[in-house]
Amino acid sequence: MMRADFAAIANWVAPQSQVLDLGCGDGSFLAFLQTQKPVHAYGVEIDDQRVLACVQKGLNVIQQDLEGGLALFEDKSFDTVVLSQTVQTIHQTEKILSEIVRVGKECVISFPNFGHWSHRLAVAMGHMPVSKSLPYAWFDTPNVRVLTIADFEGLAHRLGLDIVDRVVLHEGRPITWAANLLGSLAIYRIRGT
Amino acid sequence: MSDLHLSRNTIHFAESLPLQSGAILNNYNLVIETYGKLNSDKSNAILICHALNASHHVAGPDPENPSDIGWWDNMIGPGKPIDTDRFFVIGVNNLGSCFGSTGPMSVNPETGKPYGADFPVVTVEDWVNTQARLADKLGIRRFAAVMGGSLGGMQAMAWAIQFPKRLGHCIVIASTPKLSAQNIAFNEVARNAILSDPDFHGGNYYAHGVVPKSGLRLARMVGHITYLSDDDMAEKFGRELQRPAGAPDEYRFSFDVEFEVESYLRYQGDKFSSYFDANTYLLITRALDYFDPARRHGGSLSRALAEVKAQFLIISFSTDWRFPPNRSREIVEALLSNKREVSYAEIDAPHGHDAFLLDDARYHNLVRAYFKKIAEVLP
Repeated sequence: MMRADFAAIANWVAPQSQVLDLGCGDGSFLAFLQTQKPVHAYGVEIDDQRVLACVQKGLNVIQQDLEGGLALFEDKSFDTVVLSQTVQTIHQTEKILSEIVRVGKECVISFPNFGHWSHRLAVAMGHMPVSKSLPYAWFDTPNVRVLTIADFEGLAHRLGLDIVDRVVLHEGRPITWAANLLGSLAIYRIRGT
Repeated sequence: MSDLHLSRNTIHFAESLPLQSGAILNNYNLVIETYGKLNSDKSNAILICHALNASHHVAGPDPENPSDIGWWDNMIGPGKPIDTDRFFVIGVNNLGSCFGSTGPMSVNPETGKPYGADFPVVTVEDWVNTQARLADKLGIRRFAAVMGGSLGGMQAMAWAIQFPKRLGHCIVIASTPKLSAQNIAFNEVARNAILSDPDFHGGNYYAHGVVPKSGLRLARMVGHITYLSDDDMAEKFGRELQRPAGAPDEYRFSFDVEFEVESYLRYQGDKFSSYFDANTYLLITRALDYFDPARRHGGSLSRALAEVKAQFLIISFSTDWRFPPNRSREIVEALLSNKREVSYAEIDAPHGHDAFLLDDARYHNLVRAYFKKIAEVLP
């Protein structure tokens, strides 16, 4: 199954570029990306089964915990660093953001928007939201940081990250108005300054 | 299940071999074992490099002693992670070893006596040169993969550096780009145990009809401690006392074997010293010490690996304190800085350094998947 953000992220990756996909999962995005354009890519993943899935796809994959930072990777050694629906699973948010802009000339971050109206409604009704973009119950979610589009932009501003571009989606369709209320998935293109 | 197609051969090399030390070996033999069948364009060959105490006998039952099963039999064979139905696998006994290839126990043709202490010091790079000559003899221009664990991983790495076009994949398991001071220190204790054994006779003990058994035994006991993890030892032995059934579980206040772990180490030491050659132990631990490909590049492993072309699979084990995951990460980092193809897995296994030889589903599934991709591009 192709995730809604894959095509949007792939759009921002130049052919022949060096790509690092952090939290690459089973390698679906990198496999998809390589069908779209020729790139040289590595994935980073912590989970044994997903690392195996990447190897089965013939991808370069490095097993490590992103909480530990990106010490294996040199400054500006990648054209694009992708952090696709992963930032919400990392405790050390500021550290990983500063690391990705150190390693990448440009970074693409996507995350589920907690501010979508259906999530707000769920909380207003007294329950944590469970939806397509936040599919886990509160007690078994891998997400350790819940954030909204407004929250992310606030942190990006505070860390001096340059937001180059943004796409907000709901059920695969772009949202251009009241994004923090109507969008369930946000995708940002950022650079360090 | 199909046949392993085990075949053992002694290959003679008449052309002289210049060694890294400057010494020259005029001629030598290498014993090899092969499994599976070489395909018509000779593209399915895998070279397996052995570690300290192993040999060419990698898989299957020894033809002369069927109870002796190859040291990596769980990895290599029909239907195994390295599937001999697809690949032609070569195990080679390294120069200086004591299992049939030319080494200190062999007769020096110039003197008519065993080389003993006169056998030249050999390095990982020297071994790789002999393995390349072996490949020439077998008509193999390029290995599909060169693979090894520990010291064997160093050889695989050296292959990628010395003969970048002659291997497609380089699989480095539980290895390191160089020994640490602590690693060398353990080797030094082991060597000292041998050198100070009165039966060592400066390495020419063959002439005296003795072997420095107690030194070799002690060397193995020290080495063996570094192959196991603290947790593994706790699990296997804990503080259990070695007592015959029914005997009281009380201290005896003596220096005989009291604890299970002592009994185990003595057993391992006795077993090893009954078949391994002390001079070979000295040589191989020294080859470990000297390995440091970054040294010729001002200490930069990145520059040492700048010309490699092979795709790498690097695997480490979480409880390996001899060559811990950080040492493998150094190799990964150097490959990444050169933008080489590399995958790295860190297996969470309790068995320390020895884990690379043991059955572990995550580890073996990964190697199986990797070799399946290699097999896909074979004709």
